[in-house]
Order: sequence, then structure tokens, then C-alpha cells
Amino acid sequence: MPDLLLEIGCEEIPARMIDAASRELRERVSTLLQRERLEPSGAISHLDTPRRLVILAFGVPSTQPDLTEQVNGPSAQIAYKDGQPTPAAHAFAKKVGIDVGRLEKIATPKGEYLAATVTRKGRTAGEILAESLPKEISTLYWPKNMYWRKRGEVFVRPVRWLVAMLDEQVVPLEVFGLAAGKMSRGHRIISGGAVAISKPSAFVETLRTAKVLGAPEREHVIRKALDAATRTIPGARWREDKPLVATVVNLTEFPSVILGSFDPEFLDLPEEVLVTVMRDHQKYFAIEDANGKLLPHFLAVLNTDTDTDGLIRHGNERVLRARFNDARFFWQTDQKQTLRQRVNLLRNVTFQKDLGSYYQKTLRVQRIASRLAEIVKQNGVAVRPGVIHKAAVLAKADLTTELVKEFTELQGIVGGLYARVQHLDDDLKPDVQLAISRTIYDHYKPESMEDSAPATVEGAILSIADKADSIAGMFALGLVPSGSKDPFALRRQANGIVKTIAEHKFPLRVSEIMSDARLRYKGSEAEKKFSNTAYAEAVRSFFRERLEFYLKDARGYAYDVVSAVLAVDSDDVVDATARAEALSKVRGSEDFKSISVAFKRMKNILRQAAEKTNVIAIRVDSSGLKEDSEKELAALIPQTVARVEKLRAAHDYEAALLEIGKLRPAIDKFFDKVMVMVDDDDLRANRLALLQSIVKEFSTIADFSEIVTEGKESPK
Amino acid sequence: MTPTDSNSLTFQQLILKLQAFYAERGAVIQQPYDVEVGAGTMAPETFLRVLGPNPYKVAYVQPSRRPADGRYGENPNRLFKHLQLQVILKPPPENVQELYLESLAAIGIDLRQHDIKFEEDNWESPTLGAWGIGWQVMLDGLEVTQFTYFQQCGGVDLDPISAELTYGLERLCAFLQDVDSIYDIVWARDPETGREVKYGDVRLADEQQFSVYNFEAADVQSAWKHFELCEAECKALLDRYTSLSKDKSEEDGIVREKARFPLLGAYDLCLKCSHYFNILDARGAISVTERVGVIARVRALAVGIAKAWMDQQYGSGKKSEKKSEKDVEVPKSAVKEKKGKLIPVG
Repeated sequence: MPDLLLEIGCEEIPARMIDAASRELRERVSTLLQRERLEPSGAISHLDTPRRLVILAFGVPSTQPDLTEQVNGPSAQIAYKDGQPTPAAHAFAKKVGIDVGRLEKIATPKGEYLAATVTRKGRTAGEILAESLPKEISTLYWPKNMYWRKRGEVFVRPVRWLVAMLDEQVVPLEVFGLAAGKMSRGHRIISGGAVAISKPSAFVETLRTAKVLGAPEREHVIRKALDAATRTIPGARWREDKPLVATVVNLTEFPSVILGSFDPEFLDLPEEVLVTVMRDHQKYFAIEDANGKLLPHFLAVLNTDTDTDGLIRHGNERVLRARFNDARFFWQTDQKQTLRQRVNLLRNVTFQKDLGSYYQKTLRVQRIASRLAEIVKQNGVAVRPGVIHKAAVLAKADLTTELVKEFTELQGIVGGLYARVQHLDDDLKPDVQLAISRTIYDHYKPESMEDSAPATVEGAILSIADKADSIAGMFALGLVPSGSKDPFALRRQANGIVKTIAEHKFPLRVSEIMSDARLRYKGSEAEKKFSNTAYAEAVRSFFRERLEFYLKDARGYAYDVVSAVLAVDSDDVVDATARAEALSKVRGSEDFKSISVAFKRMKNILRQAAEKTNVIAIRVDSSGLKEDSEKELAALIPQTVARVEKLRAAHDYEAALLEIGKLRPAIDKFFDKVMVMVDDDDLRANRLALLQSIVKEFSTIADFSEIVTEGKESPK
Repeated sequence: MTPTDSNSLTFQQLILKLQAFYAERGAVIQQPYDVEVGAGTMAPETFLRVLGPNPYKVAYVQPSRRPADGRYGENPNRLFKHLQLQVILKPPPENVQELYLESLAAIGIDLRQHDIKFEEDNWESPTLGAWGIGWQVMLDGLEVTQFTYFQQCGGVDLDPISAELTYGLERLCAFLQDVDSIYDIVWARDPETGREVKYGDVRLADEQQFSVYNFEAADVQSAWKHFELCEAECKALLDRYTSLSKDKSEEDGIVREKARFPLLGAYDLCLKCSHYFNILDARGAISVTERVGVIARVRALAVGIAKAWMDQQYGSGKKSEKKSEKDVEVPKSAVKEKKGKLIPVG
């Protein structure tokens, strides 16, 4: 059985898009082969570089197996008249390509029908692939497409060559005006260019001689070379940076690494600035000593094999020097105006076109933060006086600095650094100034779910206030994220709020934060443009999703636990997290599995009752209950409720849940002995009331009916 | 060997070599446009030529003014006015990347001794209603060229597209000469005496004085007035063209007036607006609420001109559609031959 090779040769694909596209292409080819009954006996592998996506499938059947199938035709009544085939029968015979005499009759529930057994000859893999691959290639998903040949025909970058082979045979496919062949291309600079592929199994080796390596091998080479280069400096290590490794892997076809140096004088600049320049702008790895202190060296990953004369190192050092010089120049220029003076300049910096300037935002955030500080203080959280207010005023001032204009990713950080070195106020104690600087420094955190929340209470409060203000403004304007559309990264900001509240265990309710944030726009120019009448509801469901994401993805709680917990309340992040924690602990017990099943059953019964508009008694009248088991259960409820409520009030959710778990024998017995939906109206109304009170009283921590209980529909 | 020895190209030799390179490949070597622009893209040789079906190849140096980028001549890497070598290849040849790499070889860069990467970098100009997809070309860690496949310009979808190669000449030259400050670039070297004229000798005063002008001295009220006058005149011209274009009569007078209508004049006015906007911006005179609005005003002019230009040059009426089809056919065959005759626009 032949091997299949497909190579899409392309101009440089953006590094960030390669992995996903490669996976998708592999998936598409695999599905295609399966669908066409051409499943390979061996593996399907892929090899991708910035200039190519490659699929290799080993042992693809050269033709589809023949397919014998029964084709149904017209009913026998129509097909035969007086035992003679009618035109309908002839037409059917012609369609399936067999003699009328060889048609069969089959019995179906609708009567007797004509049928034919036909064998469809399998088509060759080459034919099928030539026909189907173009569509798979041209419909690959790319985050950003372009056209270059004609309109309507798009890909991530122009496709320049195609290789498609089944063993030594070319698969004659055509796409983007290119015909597939056997000619691939080697590394742009350090190979001879075009290279002929003899057969798919030789592809990887042929490309290697043409200085092109697959991604896993490139990563291996890069990591080894980074290690080797770093070893030349005693005690040094390079800073692990997985995203950066992934990027340079996808920027190279044949990587190597050089070690460069910079003037140690630059180490006077803040490390944050140096690392940002190296990492984000130059894609260099930073090197540190055993204590984590930055060393005046860097590692650059090249897309070529050697730097024999040190020219490339020299060039990279020159660029870095210029960048560092720039940064130093900006740093010095920025000191000409203090952050305090810069606050006024924020009047000219747009926050969002309808929401006004950063100056206005500053005033709002300051008020939101002060109020949040009050609330958490009242709830016993220690908040340093004199920090939040000042930090909030200065927090955005760094947006007017040269350094942030140049390195936008350093917003906040630069403000924090400047707040540390500048004169902020005459009678400011050094420790308070340091706290202010720290608060500003951290206030964009967490930038992602992986990033940590601000470490200090003040930083956390400012972070929440800043993000709440942005979300409130955008939501009020109706700019609610939908699908992949979230241009202001509101989801990330809301995630940040949720994570910060959860980690600091702040006694804050999201709805209150958000309605306060909305209130801060009152009377502003921006408010005239507000159009979202369903603000509160939109914010609520948005944050519910964010909390769900946090509990599931960041905390790892099972989805049913999360659903059960959020069904009760999603406004108090800390509380929801604690309830999820407790429920996760008890849900595995036998008692709880049974309780969950019972709750589902109770809810079903109550739903049926509602559908039939059955009357439910206002409260349970124990004298109206008949069976022992129901009387026992009814008697158990009030005392259990009291105990559960006490524990719940003390936030001891686990103990409260265990208490509910103790109801299991009584509930099981009830369902064993009692039928709820009886004909006797009073009795039924009473029993329904009993169920309703159980569901209501014991669903204050979680809605147990959401808990998945492996296929057990109802207890025996 | 270092990239610099006294043999490395002077600034002017670099420009001459690159121009010669593209001239040999059939491009028109244009001269810099004589209205202030922020980038080579804004010169009509790019903005208008990329519209419509006609193939075109052009290269030119464009002094690009960005008032807010001025640093009083004190920063060794930043300029208020820098020089771009702008190349438009319409449509891009299949080997456009290889062609570009050859141009680097032509200025003495042995690619085997250097590290070249094409890193994703897409380009967008809200002011021009234009965007494209492409890369920044990194040479030993230095961004030397912006490589863009133009997709839309003046709000018009391009067909065919153009490749736009923008070389940052100062950077490239500082790299070749291995100097740390732009002002130390050797602009010219007297072949007889060996006497050198540096970039700083030629341009430092510009940088100092225009920084002062743009950041401190420019009169805000006059700049606004200039802006508004240019805008009003441009709009009036566009309005006139619009009413003309609605006149579908075949009358000779109308047809001729349309054909000779000064849209190029209107475009200059639009460029002026953009320049005054930049000055006002550098002066910090544009408030938040105004900013987006002002950009939109300039864009409205640019988009209006692009639309009118398409109508004037390629026709949008039924009758002229045929004409444009014919236009498409001729040039297409011309592109196939490598040194095919260039069909001028209009």
C-alpha cells in the first residue's frame, strides 16, 4: 500500500498560526481518508515549518474496496403489472445498471419493494485525493486571510508550490492555479533551493539535507543550543520561556543559536524594561545568574546554520544596543515630567471613543476603588490608608510616557517604577510611597488566567476597579463580547476580576461592583451614548460565564459541580468557590449520589405536576400524610434545615452538605414506599408540598439535580 | 570582516543601487512626491496607482514626515523625517520574495552570512482606509523592510493586489555602515579627496528646527485653519465630481470634463489635511473627543477620492465597464513577459 505525501508550500506563515493549521489539516486529511474508506494502515504524521504544511500518511490503500450494497427501488405494485415489469422497473434497472430480470423483491414494513444488489467498483486513491484535497486545502481556517491571485480565493499567505504523491506517483491535484508535482523547496538561503522528492517515505530525509527540519526536531535543536551557549558563562542559565520557544520554533526551518552580550551599564535600567525589549521586540532569551539576576547577555535563535564570522552576533548586538539606548533615552526624557504632572495630560489620551479620556476614567476608577476599599475594610480586610486613592490617581499617567508609548506592554509597570523613584508628595513616608508604587505596578494583573492576581490588597482593589470601569462602560454602550469578537478583551478583564476576588477572598458581590461602576458614568457625556437597557442582566450572565470558566478551567472543578453551584448564585465569587470546593469533596459519597438522583426525581415530579397544573399545598400538613415513611421524612426536615442553615451561615459548606447527606435513608425509603402522583387530590398536594420544601430548603448551597450520576435514572 | 569597511555603501550609493536594481527590473523610477506625507504609501504613485486593473511597477524615495516622532536631533535612532524607498509591484510577481532578497544582495549583503526572517506584520492605515497583510523583514534582528500585500486602499478592494516593499533607508544604511547613530551615516564620500559628508551634516538642522516647530512653535489656530480650508476645498471638488459622475449623458462636454477633472488636486488637499492633522497632534492640540472624528474626516476625503478615481479612470457606468475589461486584458498579457511594457494609468 502506498504512502501519501501532501506538502503545501507557502510564503512565511505567521508563527502563531502554524500549529493550529497543521493540526487542522492533519484532521481533515484523516477524516477524508476515513470517509473515503482509504484509512491508512500506518500513522498520519505532519511536519510544518514557516514555509510549509506537510502531511504524511503511511499505507494508504491504492483503491477503495469495492462496495456491495442494496439499492431500493419502486414498490413492487408499481414495478410490475400482470407479472410484467413496467417502465418504472425498467427505469430502475437502468439506473442501477443491471438486467431487469436480476432485480429482487424485498419485504419492507410498507410492503414489497424492488431492490438491486449492486457492486460499486472502488475508485483509486489518486483519483479521490486529486478531487477532494483541493477543497480541504482551500477551506483551512486562518485567523487572518489574504487574497493574491483572484478575489474569493484566500489563504494565509500566497501558496507557491504543491507536492502531492502516492509513492512515486504524483496525485494530480490543482489548487490556487498550481499543479502538484514532486518538487519541494529547501531552506530559502542555505540550501540549493528546489529539491525533488523520490517518494513520501524519503521526504523527511530529503528535506533534512535541504536544511529543513520538522517542528519537534527544531525545538530539540533550539533547546540544546540554548543550553550549550549558556554553559559558556559559568553559573548562568537561560530563562525558560515556553511561548518564546514556540515562537522561534515556528520562525525557523533550520535553527541555530548565538550568544550575544550588551554593555553591563544597561543593567542600571529596570530589568522589566530590558527583558521586554529582548523578549517581545527581539525574541531574545534573557540569561540570569544563579540568584536570578539578569546578566548582560542574550541568546538569539537564527534561521541559518552558522555565524562563522560573528557577523550575525555583531548585528544583533548592534540592534539591541540601539533599542536599549532608546529605552534609556525614553527613561531619562520621561523624568522631565512627574507622574503627578502627567495626570493632566491624560485629558488628551482616549480611553474609548465614546467613553472619553483616561483622565475621566481615572476619576471614575478612583471613586470605584475607594468604595471597594470601604466595603472590604468593613468586612475586616486590612487596607493600608492613603495608598489606593493616590495610586488610582497616578495609575494611568504612564500612558503619556515615552517608555510606555514605545513598549505598551509595560503599562502599569512603568508607572510603578516611576512612582518609586519620583517625588510624589512632600509628607509621604517611604513605605507608603513604596506601597503606592507597588499598587500601580500590579494593577493590570492578572493579564491571563495563568498570571497571578496582584499580591497586595491595594493592588487587587485597584485592579478590580479599573477593569470594572472598562466593562461597565463597554456594556453600557452595548459593546458586549460575542463569539470571537471581544476587541477590548473584556473577557480577559472579567476573568481578572473573578480571579482577583477569589484569591483575595474579597467579600464583594459582582453585581454591586458593576452597578457602582455604572453609576460612576452618571451625568457624563458618555452616558448619552449608552444604549444597553439590559445592562444588569448582560453583566450578570457575562460574569456567570466567567466564573464558570474560572471554576472549571482555573480551579478544575467538574462541570456538573460548577453548574450545581452556580444555579444557586453566581454573584459572590468567594462563596461560589467555597461551595464548589465542598460539593466536590462530598459528591463522590454513596449518600450524595443517591441524594442527587433523588433531587432529580423530585424536580421531575414537580415539573410534571406544574405541567398538569396540579395543586401543591402551601405547606406540608403532616396530619394529611398517610405512610410512615413520609411522616418520618416530613418530621426530619425542620431539624435538618436548622442544622444546615447554621452550618451554612458559618460557611461550613462541607459539614452542611454532609448533614443533607444524612437525609438519604429517609428519602430513599420515601421513594420506595410512596407514590406521589396519586389520584387523591389532597394527598397529592400534600406530598408535592413535601418535595417542594425539600428542594427549596436544601438547594441553597447547590442544585443537586445538576450532579451527574452515571446513568442511574432512578433509585431502586 | 565586519559589514563596514570604507567600501560599504554611502547613503546615496545605497539609494542609487536600489533604484538601479528596480530600474533593471522594469520599474519606473519616480521622484519623491512634493507634498508632505507621512509615508511612501500616501504618495499618489502608491495610493492611486494600486487602484484599478492596470499593472504598474514603480520605485521612489519618499521623505516621510512624522511630526510627533521628532526628537530634536537628540535621539540617535529617531527622526521627524526619514527616507523610505517605496516599491510597488502590481501585480506582485510569483517570485516577489526572491526578488526582494536579490535586492539585498544587490546592496552588498551576502545572505549566506546573515540571518533573514519574515515575521508577521500586517499594516493598516485608518486615515487612508487602507490595509494589507505581510511581514517585517528582519535582518540579523533588525527590521529593514516592511513587506505588504495590499488588500484594500481608500476603501476599495484591490484587484489585482500590489506588493509594497518599504525599505527604511536610514536603518539599512546604518546597518551596512555599522554605525550606532543615524547622524553618523556617511551620506556622500568624495571619491577624490575621501572627504565624507555625514547624515548629520545634511539633516541635523532639519530635525532640530522642525522638532521645535512641530512641538512648540506651530500656530495651532493657523494649522486648524489650514486644515479646514484644505478640507473644504477638497470636499467641494469631490462634490462637483460626484454630480458630474451622476450625469450619464454621452455629451462630449460632460465626458471631457469628467476625464480632465482635477482629482489629483483634490488628493493633494487631502494629503495637506493629513499633514496638518499630524502637526496638530504633535502640538497636543487635538482633544480626545476630536481625534477620532478628525481621522474620520481625512479618511472620508481619501475614500471619496479613491472612489472618484476609480470612476474617472476605469468607469463604473455600464458603457465604460466594457472599456475597463479591455483595459484588464491588455496589461495582463503584458505582465507575463518579464519586461512587458508598462501601461500608464488613465
